[in-house]
Amino acid sequence: MLSKRIIASIILKDGIVVQSVGFKHYLPIGSPEIAVEFLDAWGADEIVVLDICASRENRTMDGELLSRLATKSMVPLTVGGGINSVEMIRQLIRKGADKVVINRAAIDNPGLIAEAAKIFGNQCITVSIDAKEIEKGRYEVFVDSGQVGTGRDPVEVAQSSTAQGAGEILIRSINRDGSKKGFDRELIRSVSEAVDVPVVAAGGCGNPQHIADAFREGHADAVAVGNFFNFTEHSVTVTKAFLEPHFPIRLDTYATYEHAALGGDGRLEKQSDVVLEGLRFEYHPKEII
Amino acid sequence: MSDTARRPEVLVIDYGVGNHTSVCNALERLKYSYAVSSDTKDIKDAPAYILPGVGAFKEAMQNLRGRNIIEVLREEVIGKKKPLLGICLGMQVLAEDSTEDGLHTGLGFIPGHVVLIPHENVRVPHVGWNTLTIQKSDPLFVAVSTDARFYFDHSYHFATDEKYRAATTQYGGEITAAVQHGAVYGVQFHPEKSQTSGLRLLRSFMKNTKK
Repeated sequence: MLSKRIIASIILKDGIVVQSVGFKHYLPIGSPEIAVEFLDAWGADEIVVLDICASRENRTMDGELLSRLATKSMVPLTVGGGINSVEMIRQLIRKGADKVVINRAAIDNPGLIAEAAKIFGNQCITVSIDAKEIEKGRYEVFVDSGQVGTGRDPVEVAQSSTAQGAGEILIRSINRDGSKKGFDRELIRSVSEAVDVPVVAAGGCGNPQHIADAFREGHADAVAVGNFFNFTEHSVTVTKAFLEPHFPIRLDTYATYEHAALGGDGRLEKQSDVVLEGLRFEYHPKEII
Repeated sequence: MSDTARRPEVLVIDYGVGNHTSVCNALERLKYSYAVSSDTKDIKDAPAYILPGVGAFKEAMQNLRGRNIIEVLREEVIGKKKPLLGICLGMQVLAEDSTEDGLHTGLGFIPGHVVLIPHENVRVPHVGWNTLTIQKSDPLFVAVSTDARFYFDHSYHFATDEKYRAATTQYGGEITAAVQHGAVYGVQFHPEKSQTSGLRLLRSFMKNTKK
């Protein structure tokens, strides 16, 4: 059975990983190579890297950086930022991207989606939509890192993008971005009911329960999680352990967490001293492939 | 790094639409020597092949034709029984034909047709980590557990007779996950992007090339 995907999202600004809050404030986190290496080791199902400076600087992600990231990732690497031509997509794939994310060009030049899908297949093209709730229950698509309104409805953009050949929609709530208040389930559900390609929910994850809500009530096929994974220890593995009894989830680790209790915020609670004492002399072999 | 002094253990065929970088990264982790090429002479010299692929069927076949390597591949793989592993689109081009964006002829190394995944009740493309039902464990699946998940990302699948199928997966019905016929192998999923399970599969393929 196909598992629900837990995607780790990395936002790059000036070559370093940042925490984004509401598309307004950016706090530095650190090196993208280390972030990718850790997220891969923790068992993220996919890693999305978005370079938010690329569009403004009329380029896409640096090829050399992407090559270095690709050697660290044995899970699919999805790359976005400033993509506005087939040639850029070709370069990114050659440097190790498995999928690409089109954002602004999906609004300015939707023909690019069709052209790219013809060459690379629709499974390779993800369209990301950043939506802001402008009044209760009414959303508008914004571009340029949430700065410029387009006057368009996210559901309509999702439908027209998939009609052009997008193989996946990543829908992000600008209001919830970095808020830790949970995904905007209404927004996500409206999009996932309107298209028949996979839908990835993004923006607002603060604990694993939010992910369960996005699956159950938002009907998302996957979630993209940024800040929560960057700032919480064992984040991906613990999240998966929390979700696994309720959803099909890929577990591919020696860590079982069977003795561990999860607190209300989805973080590990301290184990009993007896268990901890036992762990001291346990032998943990490195996996042999 | 691939060892240029030594004869490469496998040739990754670069035909312009592949994500051969990911395959090379995986081979590097496993410490196999490899070369990347689409040159006729390199193909003749190589002991085994990996045919990667991200892209559309039509473009892939055009590129293989444009590089004039179809006949030499046929001779080496079908004639001389040198092992070949097709990955994703690289597996689909092994079929007789595909209905992706019109009807296009494939390599025809394994009988069967590439058709759209039936999507009455599932979303297409099929994206994500799915479990397999393994029909032929030897050689590709000998080292992976039966509940292992592999990463799929495709809209079309290889409809073929069960005698050519090595594994299937469930997505809106039964679809082919792996094929094998003589020295020709193919996987619909991406072993190079399926973490430990994927690396184990690649190692099993490479071990088998040395038998």
